[in-house]
Amino acid sequence: MNSRPQEANEAAGQAILARVREALRLPAPPPHIRSQTPTAGPAAHPGLAILPAEASRPWLPDGGDSPAESLGIFTENLATLRAECVRVADMNAAAAWLAGQARQRGWQRVAFHDDPLIASVVEVLPCDRYRVDSPGESCDKTMLEACDAGVSGCECLIAQTGSILVSSNQGGRGLSILPHVHVVLARVDQIVPMLSDALAVVRQQHQGRLPSMLSFITGPSRTGDIERILVLGAHGPKELLVILVG
Amino acid sequence: MSSPATTAAAEHPRPGVAKKQFLHDAAEHVRDTGHRDFVRRALGGYYLSRDTQKARFRDWEQARDAASLAKWSAVNRLDELLPEFVANFESGGGRVHWARDAAEARAIILGLLAEADAKAVIKSKCMTSEEIHLNAALEEAGYGVVESDLGEFIQQLRGEPPYHFVFPCMHVRRDEISDLFGKHLGTEPTDSPEELTMIARRHLRRLYVEADVGITGANFLVAETGQISITENEGNARLTVALPRIHIAIAGIEKLVARLDDLAVLLPMLAAAGSGQPMTCYNTLYGGPRQAGECDGPEAMHLVLLDNGRTALLADAEQRDALQCIRCGACLNVCPIFKNVGGFTYGTTYQGPIGSVITPHLRGLAEWNHLSGASSLCGACTDACPVRIDIHHHLLHNRRNAARTAPSRLERLGQRAFAFVARRPWLFAAGGWLFRKTLPLAKTLRPPPLSAWLATRDLPAAPRQSFRSAWRRRSR
Amino acid sequence: MHVSLFIPCFVDQLTPQVGLAVATVLERLGHTVEFRSAQTCCGQPSFNAGYWDEARGVASRAVEVFAGAEAVVGPSGSCVAMMKVFYPQLLAGTPHETAALDLAARTFEFGEFLVNQLGVTDVGARFPHRVSYHDGCHGLRELRIRDEPRKLLAAVRDLELVECDEPESCCGFGGLFSVKFPMVSTAMAEVKAGSLARTDCDYIVSSDPSCQLQLDGWLSKNGKRPRTIHLAEVLAGEVA
Ligand code: SF4
Repeated sequence: MNSRPQEANEAAGQAILARVREALRLPAPPPHIRSQTPTAGPAAHPGLAILPAEASRPWLPDGGDSPAESLGIFTENLATLRAECVRVADMNAAAAWLAGQARQRGWQRVAFHDDPLIASVVEVLPCDRYRVDSPGESCDKTMLEACDAGVSGCECLIAQTGSILVSSNQGGRGLSILPHVHVVLARVDQIVPMLSDALAVVRQQHQGRLPSMLSFITGPSRTGDIERILVLGAHGPKELLVILVG
Repeated sequence: MSSPATTAAAEHPRPGVAKKQFLHDAAEHVRDTGHRDFVRRALGGYYLSRDTQKARFRDWEQARDAASLAKWSAVNRLDELLPEFVANFESGGGRVHWARDAAEARAIILGLLAEADAKAVIKSKCMTSEEIHLNAALEEAGYGVVESDLGEFIQQLRGEPPYHFVFPCMHVRRDEISDLFGKHLGTEPTDSPEELTMIARRHLRRLYVEADVGITGANFLVAETGQISITENEGNARLTVALPRIHIAIAGIEKLVARLDDLAVLLPMLAAAGSGQPMTCYNTLYGGPRQAGECDGPEAMHLVLLDNGRTALLADAEQRDALQCIRCGACLNVCPIFKNVGGFTYGTTYQGPIGSVITPHLRGLAEWNHLSGASSLCGACTDACPVRIDIHHHLLHNRRNAARTAPSRLERLGQRAFAFVARRPWLFAAGGWLFRKTLPLAKTLRPPPLSAWLATRDLPAAPRQSFRSAWRRRSR
Repeated sequence: MHVSLFIPCFVDQLTPQVGLAVATVLERLGHTVEFRSAQTCCGQPSFNAGYWDEARGVASRAVEVFAGAEAVVGPSGSCVAMMKVFYPQLLAGTPHETAALDLAARTFEFGEFLVNQLGVTDVGARFPHRVSYHDGCHGLRELRIRDEPRKLLAAVRDLELVECDEPESCCGFGGLFSVKFPMVSTAMAEVKAGSLARTDCDYIVSSDPSCQLQLDGWLSKNGKRPRTIHLAEVLAGEVA
């Protein structure tokens, strides 16, 4: 058996879209909402009210009104999520802290990606290094799996939820998920208040084409599948260390 | 307790079979009080953390409005958003495959596997794949398929479908899991959930690296950017989409949202309502396969867009909002029916209140309307739903539609007689008098449906006089 | 105010004292009360079973019966929800549409009527017992009544109000559901009645005679106390 010819696919698509159009000829009753906030409708459906994206901001969990507030909320959220967070003054201090961790935990090899700041920190670690994104080469997944930790940067950090937004630009898809420990190196000014701010940051950052993967990471990997009891490190990293510089 | 068959045959049983099975399984489940307590206890922690997360919202009710509107407007603009999404997704290098029904979806996926010359498939949790009975088809075609989500992995070893579409093995005790792992993986017994989780972790790690195809679901499809969004806690979906060389995602056409910003509302709502978290651990957007300059990721990404009855639900304007469902599972967690009959009794892919609403649309009203009847219409589901689906009223709508299209003769006769009497006060009063006078006799003779009541509940003695005669006397 | 009583059919036949208690309380507060004897059933049994055409006939009659009433007050959250919430839907597009909307606006559940319409929380009653309140689901979720009965109970002399650990759980009655799916219905009764019994209260107070039937039925069958009592009966009792 082989993949279906394109014409058959198009025919199926046309059939489904025809059903959709037919179904939508009957207008839906109004949404079951309580507030009266919707505004302008889109061109194709002038009758359909749509809530402006920013309208929900004051209703969602708080992300702080000032950088200091956001920093406070972010670190508090990380603690609740059982991620570790340290704040250091500069890159040297970050490197020293991480080197201490590497020694203490007996790390043999650490994976990282090409980024001047990360490289400067990883260089001084008392263990082997594996760069996942050497030019012209693919990441070796077996090699990466054997690393004790993955060190990555991030697109930004979100106070509201304690999330870290990484993309495939920070060492591809595997670096932040395959090693047992994920270390995030970020500047304090990378903290944004809300999820919507984070989305604005990536749009701004990657005008034209978004990276193929964008991942909001909120605490170390976890599961509650066995009797709804929380266990960390289900498949992804058991530990998430965030180094805030600045 | 029997679990629903994992094959397509069970979806369209002969008339009355599904209902009989429901009544049988419900009765059996209800008798197992130990199990009911276990499920109730397991949900105890959920209620606490859900309330904590709800309290972090500055206005939960308004946020529900926002989430509801985001999905409502997307569902009502599918004609516009689907083509927009497809164009954007394909410009990112992915390929869309349209599937009108389950059989077509299975054929597409088998075709893709053959084309890729695949051997081993790793899957992350995906309810649409349950819906189309994908695993059975893949195994029949000779592929090795492994579920990587811990709960799904356990269910796969048990040979059972998910018990709850968010918490697949919430009904299984840790000692059962320990035995299961001992039997299939040869591990030592343990009663530590942590150790059990690590056993699965160690076992599955190698399989991610070896698999050539990763299959996932998708929680949202973003029209504006052509990305799919996957929500998970364990990181298994992340691994499934990072390591194999082909990524196949399966999603219902209703998963669309118009804008990337809609996720800023929907992701925290999904997490709070679904599992009581500020955000689920990993919320990941994929816009296509590995791009030039990226160091890993699949060389191809396919998305199977599934109809399979969804357009029929879309055509029912009254119940169209059921397509807003983000599958958070909150309605199951608060449902007294679910908590007392358990997930398998439904015999459906989607259990609980939302399953009872949509299954008749997906599989046929005549055979699945009993699920709408199996509700006291308490409305706890509707209150819990983050996107404000009018769940329990839709159960009423299903009942009405069934009474119109496939009425039971006897019941209709009874209802007509009742309506006839209720429109005539004197007859109604006479009927009431007769009821009171014959109640003692009826309690002895126990005709149905009185017998069903009396088997487990008493009935008070009838008063000597009705309110209307007492009132007449009082006014005199 | 002149209040027209809306007496659900099984209050009429099984618990007439509840209807009388409603009248007593309202009269004590200085209002006049009438009972339009042409009323029968609200049509909920047919409506919930899906037989909307049959229910429509019964509903349009009820709309006519209560035409012109200043306020219609009933001692059942469930039956009031039928009139207030579902009549306008059921009768939409029929000649009774406007009248149904009009009736919905003038129809109230007993406790809600006292608190929100009459502005009364203390009716001067005394009830020297420990009680727990059972929220009927239709009152709670269709009519959004939660605090009103509790305010009324809080004002009753010598009454101690305790909450159970399943305050929002359904008792499992659900009309025909209780006999079509008796095992599920009973399991739900067991959960709710069990939770209420654990409060060690003397009475379970309810605003819904149908819930009372279910809870009492299960408690009595299983030889457990307490028993239920309608909110109106508590308020109509001994005057402090
Ligand atoms: S119907 Fe609502 S509560 Fe139930 S799973 Fe869907 S979104 Fe969640």
